[in-house]
Amino acid sequence: MIRPARTHPLWLAYLLHRISGLALALFLPLHFWVLSKALTAPDELDAMLAFTDNPGVKLAEFGLVFLLAVHFFGGLRLLALEWLPWSHGQKSAAAAALALAFFVSGTFFLKAI
Amino acid sequence: MLDFRLYMAQRLTALIMAPLVLGHIAVMIYAIQGGLTSAEILGRTQGSVFWFLFYGLFVLAVCVHAAIGIRVIAHEWAGLKGAALSALTWATGLGLLAMGARAVWAVTVP
Amino acid sequence: MTTKAEVLEVSVWRGSAEGGALETFEVPARESQTVLDVVSWIQQFSDPTLTYRYACRVGMCGSCAMMVNGTPRWTCRTHVQKVTQDNTLRIEPLRNLPVIKDLAADMDPFFDKWVEAEAVHHPTGTRHDPIAHVDAGSGARQTADAGIECINCAVCYAACDTVAGNADYLGPAALQRAWTLLNDTRDGGVDAILDAVSGSGGCHNCHSMGSCTQYCPNELDPMSAIAGLKRETVRRVFRRRRDA
Repeated sequence: MIRPARTHPLWLAYLLHRISGLALALFLPLHFWVLSKALTAPDELDAMLAFTDNPGVKLAEFGLVFLLAVHFFGGLRLLALEWLPWSHGQKSAAAAALALAFFVSGTFFLKAI
Repeated sequence: MLDFRLYMAQRLTALIMAPLVLGHIAVMIYAIQGGLTSAEILGRTQGSVFWFLFYGLFVLAVCVHAAIGIRVIAHEWAGLKGAALSALTWATGLGLLAMGARAVWAVTVP
Repeated sequence: MTTKAEVLEVSVWRGSAEGGALETFEVPARESQTVLDVVSWIQQFSDPTLTYRYACRVGMCGSCAMMVNGTPRWTCRTHVQKVTQDNTLRIEPLRNLPVIKDLAADMDPFFDKWVEAEAVHHPTGTRHDPIAHVDAGSGARQTADAGIECINCAVCYAACDTVAGNADYLGPAALQRAWTLLNDTRDGGVDAILDAVSGSGGCHNCHSMGSCTQYCPNELDPMSAIAGLKRETVRRVFRRRRDA
């Protein structure tokens, strides 16, 4: 199997960083809208929060926490690459960012269920 | 498309958000235990200067950071340029600012 | 040799700036055959109108780079056996550059960007000065040395998805050369270089996806060179603040 030009670890890290950032940016308006219900319609807010007891929603929340964590750790890796004189070991650092994101979001999930 | 000023805005807001994201994740892990209720959330946040400043700063940083990120993606993946690209950047930033400010106000002020 | 297919199925991109398509050729398989050998065989024995570019055939000149099965490579240093899939090959002109004809890409935008990035020598002396002493052991010199073996083949430029999405982006090769000059004590263009790489197509567009470093046939590391430029542009701002 011949590897296409893109499938190498740092390209995948770039794609994950971009997709997670895009997904978070698209989620934010929904997040803000739900929270602003505290002001305008407190009953609706409670109804929406009750909705989060649904196992499917818990899984989606796990996904969101994972996206946030992987964007956070991946972003720290990029900041370190750009601003600190360490450019070696980037593949290991990207793998570590992914592992930490799974650890953090997994902890969240275990507490949620 | 991403000049030095936009790059610095992107990276500085990232640095500002780094501790805020850690705090936000910690609060989420703490708060999700036993389910979410508005009484629990609002009991923690309403009237709190700390949470007002915490989430207020978070919203300010994220609307800049997300607007620049969306700008890059719109240019590279959708070929948007010039005035349309600037309009999208500003609309994203200001839209998130308006909605985010309202959310922070709703959960921390009344 | 009996178990091996004796013929390669080679798809070659034919066309011009106006457009084109893949055309298939059957080429006899040989031991130790390079992709450039295959292209040359087609031009010599099958279709003399095939246009392509090469010079040294030993990986020194940087003129024979093409897309081989979707990956940018020096065709002269790529063995067919390493890249064929069921005895097929797909050969196309370098990505991210306009095509002149067939496999010959137009390198003008690539070289224009070298100049745009101020990746040109800014002399600090004249021929009447004594030869400048360069301390080969200094950190800056070693940083410069890490990138000077670039032969402008444009493999990194073709590999880069940021170039693909952002036509103004200067690209890995030009930025790496700007970085080596920035670290060269004989170059007097520090501010000119940092200004040039801070524009709208400059180093700050790089997303550190590392395809440049992954595919550089000389095993250089343009991604880290670009990170170095970002670091120096940021440092300059704080230096200016302090000095002001």
